[in-house]
Amino acid sequence: MQKDVVLDTLGLFCPMPIIKTSKKIKELTVGQILEVISDDEGIKKDMPAWCETTGHEYLGLEEQVNGGSIHYKAYVKKSR
Amino acid sequence: MSTVMTAKLDPQATLVGLAEKKPERVTLVVLSGDMDRVMAALIIATGAASMGMRVTMFFTFWGLNALRRPGSSGRATDWLRRMFGVLNKGGADRLPLSRFHFWGLGTRMMKRVMQQNRMPGIPELMEVAKDLGVTFIACTTTLGLMGISKDTLVDGVDQLAGVSTYLAEAKDAQVNLFI
Repeated sequence: MQKDVVLDTLGLFCPMPIIKTSKKIKELTVGQILEVISDDEGIKKDMPAWCETTGHEYLGLEEQVNGGSIHYKAYVKKSR
Repeated sequence: MSTVMTAKLDPQATLVGLAEKKPERVTLVVLSGDMDRVMAALIIATGAASMGMRVTMFFTFWGLNALRRPGSSGRATDWLRRMFGVLNKGGADRLPLSRFHFWGLGTRMMKRVMQQNRMPGIPELMEVAKDLGVTFIACTTTLGLMGISKDTLVDGVDQLAGVSTYLAEAKDAQVNLFI
Protein backbone atom coordinates (compact mmCIF):
# COMPACT_ATOMS: atom_id res chain seq x y z
CA MET A 1 0.00 0.00 0.00
CA GLN A 2 1.09 3.56 -0.66
CA LYS A 3 2.50 5.48 2.30
CA ASP A 4 4.21 8.77 3.13
CA VAL A 5 5.83 8.03 6.49
CA VAL A 6 6.92 4.75 8.10
CA LEU A 7 6.94 4.14 11.86
CA ASP A 8 8.89 1.11 13.07
CA THR A 9 7.65 -0.27 16.41
CA LEU A 10 9.12 -3.77 16.05
CA GLY A 11 9.88 -5.38 19.41
CA LEU A 12 7.66 -2.97 21.34
CA PHE A 13 4.65 -4.09 23.35
CA CYS A 14 1.34 -2.46 24.15
CA PRO A 15 0.92 0.48 24.74
CA MET A 16 4.11 1.70 23.04
CA PRO A 17 3.03 1.24 19.36
CA ILE A 18 -0.10 3.32 19.99
CA ILE A 19 1.79 5.98 21.96
CA LYS A 20 4.40 6.28 19.23
CA THR A 21 1.65 6.43 16.59
CA SER A 22 -0.10 9.27 18.40
CA LYS A 23 3.16 11.23 18.53
CA LYS A 24 4.16 10.48 14.95
CA ILE A 25 0.79 11.42 13.44
CA LYS A 26 1.29 14.98 14.72
CA GLU A 27 4.27 15.36 12.37
CA LEU A 28 2.17 14.52 9.29
CA THR A 29 -0.02 16.86 7.30
CA VAL A 30 -3.71 16.09 6.73
CA GLY A 31 -4.16 13.50 3.99
CA GLN A 32 -0.76 11.85 4.43
CA ILE A 33 -0.60 8.12 5.13
CA LEU A 34 1.35 6.59 8.02
CA GLU A 35 2.54 2.99 7.95
CA VAL A 36 3.03 1.47 11.40
CA ILE A 37 5.09 -1.74 11.50
CA SER A 38 4.66 -3.94 14.56
CA ASP A 39 5.14 -7.54 15.60
CA ASP A 40 2.58 -7.25 18.40
CA GLU A 41 -0.59 -9.02 17.29
CA GLY A 42 -2.68 -6.69 19.45
CA ILE A 43 -2.23 -3.98 16.83
CA LYS A 44 -4.79 -5.74 14.60
CA LYS A 45 -7.53 -4.60 16.97
CA ASP A 46 -5.81 -1.67 18.66
CA MET A 47 -5.11 0.41 15.57
CA PRO A 48 -8.74 0.47 14.30
CA ALA A 49 -9.86 1.30 17.85
CA TRP A 50 -7.32 4.10 18.12
CA CYS A 51 -8.42 5.50 14.76
CA GLU A 52 -12.08 5.39 15.73
CA THR A 53 -11.42 7.32 18.93
CA THR A 54 -9.03 9.89 17.50
CA GLY A 55 -10.89 10.48 14.22
CA HIS A 56 -8.17 9.34 11.82
CA GLU A 57 -8.97 7.03 8.93
CA TYR A 58 -7.98 3.37 9.24
CA LEU A 59 -7.02 2.10 5.79
CA GLY A 60 -6.20 -1.50 6.60
CA LEU A 61 -3.56 -3.97 7.64
CA GLU A 62 -1.03 -6.14 5.84
CA GLU A 63 0.57 -9.23 7.33
CA GLN A 64 4.06 -10.24 6.31
CA VAL A 65 5.69 -13.48 7.42
CA ASN A 66 9.24 -12.56 8.30
CA GLY A 67 11.26 -15.58 9.32
CA GLY A 68 9.66 -16.93 12.48
CA SER A 69 7.56 -13.87 13.27
CA ILE A 70 4.75 -11.97 11.60
CA HIS A 71 5.15 -8.29 10.89
CA TYR A 72 1.91 -6.31 10.84
CA LYS A 73 1.73 -3.16 8.77
CA ALA A 74 -1.16 -0.90 9.70
CA TYR A 75 -2.09 2.07 7.51
CA VAL A 76 -3.55 5.26 8.93
CA LYS A 77 -4.56 8.37 7.01
CA LYS A 78 -4.29 11.60 8.95
CA SER A 79 -7.75 13.13 8.80
CA ARG A 80 -7.65 16.18 11.04
CA MET B 1 -39.50 27.40 40.41
CA SER B 2 -40.88 26.20 37.08
CA THR B 3 -39.52 29.23 35.23
CA VAL B 4 -36.03 28.45 36.45
CA MET B 5 -36.39 24.91 35.14
CA THR B 6 -37.47 26.10 31.67
CA ALA B 7 -34.55 28.47 31.50
CA LYS B 8 -32.20 25.62 32.30
CA LEU B 9 -33.58 23.39 29.59
CA ASP B 10 -33.25 25.93 26.79
CA PRO B 11 -32.78 23.71 23.70
CA GLN B 12 -30.56 26.30 22.04
CA ALA B 13 -28.14 26.18 24.93
CA THR B 14 -28.07 22.37 24.92
CA LEU B 15 -27.22 22.34 21.22
CA VAL B 16 -24.38 24.78 21.73
CA GLY B 17 -23.06 22.54 24.50
CA LEU B 18 -23.14 19.53 22.23
CA ALA B 19 -21.44 21.32 19.38
CA GLU B 20 -18.19 21.96 21.17
CA LYS B 21 -16.66 18.53 21.59
CA LYS B 22 -14.95 18.19 24.93
CA PRO B 23 -12.18 15.63 25.34
CA GLU B 24 -13.27 12.41 26.97
CA ARG B 25 -11.99 11.86 30.47
CA VAL B 26 -10.54 8.93 32.35
CA THR B 27 -9.81 8.72 36.08
CA LEU B 28 -7.89 5.98 37.85
CA VAL B 29 -7.65 5.49 41.60
CA VAL B 30 -4.35 3.73 42.27
CA LEU B 31 -4.65 2.25 45.76
CA SER B 32 -2.37 -0.69 45.14
CA GLY B 33 1.41 -0.43 45.33
CA ASP B 34 1.93 -3.74 43.57
CA MET B 35 4.14 -3.49 40.49
CA ASP B 36 1.79 -5.44 38.23
CA ARG B 37 -1.28 -3.44 39.22
CA VAL B 38 0.43 -0.06 38.95
CA MET B 39 1.77 -1.17 35.57
CA ALA B 40 -1.73 -2.03 34.35
CA ALA B 41 -2.95 1.36 35.58
CA LEU B 42 -0.13 3.16 33.76
CA ILE B 43 -0.71 1.22 30.54
CA ILE B 44 -4.38 2.20 30.58
CA ALA B 45 -3.48 5.81 31.43
CA THR B 46 -0.88 6.20 28.68
CA GLY B 47 -3.08 4.37 26.17
CA ALA B 48 -6.02 6.67 26.95
CA ALA B 49 -3.84 9.78 26.79
CA SER B 50 -2.55 8.81 23.35
CA MET B 51 -6.17 8.34 22.24
CA GLY B 52 -6.74 11.99 23.05
CA MET B 53 -8.44 11.50 26.41
CA ARG B 54 -7.75 13.58 29.51
CA VAL B 55 -6.39 11.30 32.21
CA THR B 56 -6.15 11.80 35.98
CA MET B 57 -4.43 9.31 38.25
CA PHE B 58 -5.28 9.59 41.93
CA PHE B 59 -2.71 7.83 44.12
CA THR B 60 -3.66 6.75 47.62
CA PHE B 61 -2.44 4.32 50.32
CA TRP B 62 0.13 1.87 48.87
CA GLY B 63 -0.14 3.46 45.45
CA LEU B 64 1.71 6.47 46.90
CA ASN B 65 4.87 4.35 46.98
CA ALA B 66 5.06 4.77 43.19
CA LEU B 67 5.29 8.54 43.68
CA ARG B 68 7.98 8.39 46.39
CA ARG B 69 11.60 9.04 45.67
CA PRO B 70 13.60 5.85 45.92
CA GLY B 71 14.79 5.07 49.41
CA SER B 72 13.23 8.18 50.88
CA SER B 73 11.57 7.72 54.19
CA GLY B 74 9.01 10.13 55.50
CA ARG B 75 9.77 12.71 58.12
CA ALA B 76 7.18 11.53 60.59
CA THR B 77 7.63 12.88 64.10
CA ASP B 78 6.03 10.07 66.09
CA TRP B 79 7.87 6.75 66.35
CA LEU B 80 4.90 4.66 65.13
CA ARG B 81 4.79 6.33 61.75
CA ARG B 82 8.55 6.55 61.57
CA MET B 83 8.66 2.77 62.04
CA PHE B 84 6.04 2.45 59.33
CA GLY B 85 8.20 4.49 56.99
CA VAL B 86 11.13 2.17 57.61
CA LEU B 87 9.04 -0.92 56.80
CA ASN B 88 7.16 0.58 53.86
CA LYS B 89 9.83 1.51 51.36
CA GLY B 90 9.01 3.79 48.46
CA GLY B 91 10.25 4.19 44.92
CA ALA B 92 8.67 3.41 41.54
CA ASP B 93 11.44 0.94 40.77
CA ARG B 94 11.01 -0.95 44.04
CA LEU B 95 7.36 -2.00 43.87
CA PRO B 96 6.79 -5.72 44.55
CA LEU B 97 4.72 -8.07 42.42
CA SER B 98 1.28 -8.89 43.86
CA ARG B 99 2.11 -12.59 43.46
CA PHE B 100 5.39 -14.50 43.16
CA HIS B 101 7.34 -11.72 44.84
CA PHE B 102 9.29 -14.35 46.87
CA TRP B 103 11.17 -11.82 49.04
CA GLY B 104 12.26 -9.95 45.93
CA LEU B 105 13.50 -12.85 43.84
CA GLY B 106 10.34 -13.29 41.76
CA THR B 107 10.06 -9.55 41.15
CA ARG B 108 13.71 -9.38 40.07
CA MET B 109 13.15 -12.23 37.64
CA MET B 110 10.09 -10.53 36.20
CA LYS B 111 12.01 -7.27 35.75
CA ARG B 112 14.80 -9.15 33.99
CA VAL B 113 12.31 -10.72 31.55
CA MET B 114 10.72 -7.31 30.92
CA GLN B 115 14.10 -5.76 30.22
CA GLN B 116 15.05 -8.56 27.83
CA ASN B 117 11.82 -7.95 25.93
CA ARG B 118 12.31 -4.17 25.89
CA MET B 119 9.17 -3.65 27.92
CA PRO B 120 9.05 -0.35 29.79
CA GLY B 121 9.12 -0.61 33.59
CA ILE B 122 7.18 1.53 36.08
CA PRO B 123 9.63 4.51 36.09
CA GLU B 124 9.69 4.59 32.28
CA LEU B 125 5.90 4.31 32.01
CA MET B 126 5.51 7.13 34.54
CA GLU B 127 7.77 9.28 32.42
CA VAL B 128 5.73 8.48 29.29
CA ALA B 129 2.55 9.32 31.21
CA LYS B 130 3.93 12.71 32.31
CA ASP B 131 5.09 13.35 28.77
CA LEU B 132 1.56 12.69 27.47
CA GLY B 133 0.06 15.08 30.01
CA VAL B 134 -1.43 12.62 32.49
CA THR B 135 -2.23 14.36 35.80
CA PHE B 136 -0.83 12.79 38.97
CA ILE B 137 -2.66 13.56 42.20
CA ALA B 138 -1.40 12.41 45.60
CA CYS B 139 -4.00 11.94 48.33
CA THR B 140 -3.19 14.20 51.28
CA THR B 141 -5.00 12.15 53.92
CA THR B 142 -3.10 8.95 53.26
CA LEU B 143 0.18 10.88 52.90
CA GLY B 144 -0.35 12.04 56.46
CA LEU B 145 -1.55 8.66 57.68
CA MET B 146 1.46 6.85 56.31
CA GLY B 147 3.93 9.49 57.46
CA ILE B 148 5.07 10.43 53.97
CA SER B 149 6.10 14.07 53.69
CA LYS B 150 5.40 15.83 50.40
CA ASP B 151 9.04 16.80 49.89
CA THR B 152 9.92 13.11 49.54
CA LEU B 153 7.63 12.73 46.49
CA VAL B 154 8.93 12.79 42.91
CA ASP B 155 8.72 16.00 40.87
CA GLY B 156 5.92 14.88 38.54
CA VAL B 157 3.13 15.15 41.14
CA ASP B 158 0.74 17.83 39.90
CA GLN B 159 -1.57 18.19 42.87
CA LEU B 160 -2.02 17.24 46.48
CA ALA B 161 -5.72 16.82 47.03
CA GLY B 162 -8.59 14.89 48.56
CA VAL B 163 -11.77 13.08 47.72
CA SER B 164 -13.69 16.12 46.42
CA THR B 165 -11.08 16.78 43.79
CA TYR B 166 -11.27 13.17 42.69
CA LEU B 167 -15.08 13.14 42.56
CA ALA B 168 -15.24 16.43 40.67
CA GLU B 169 -13.13 14.79 37.98
CA ALA B 170 -14.82 11.38 38.14
CA LYS B 171 -18.41 12.62 37.80
CA ASP B 172 -17.68 14.00 34.34
CA ALA B 173 -15.46 11.11 33.23
CA GLN B 174 -16.50 8.26 30.95
CA VAL B 175 -14.05 5.73 32.41
CA ASN B 176 -13.40 5.48 36.16
CA LEU B 177 -11.22 2.66 37.43
CA PHE B 178 -10.18 1.59 40.92
CA ILE B 179 -6.95 -0.37 41.00
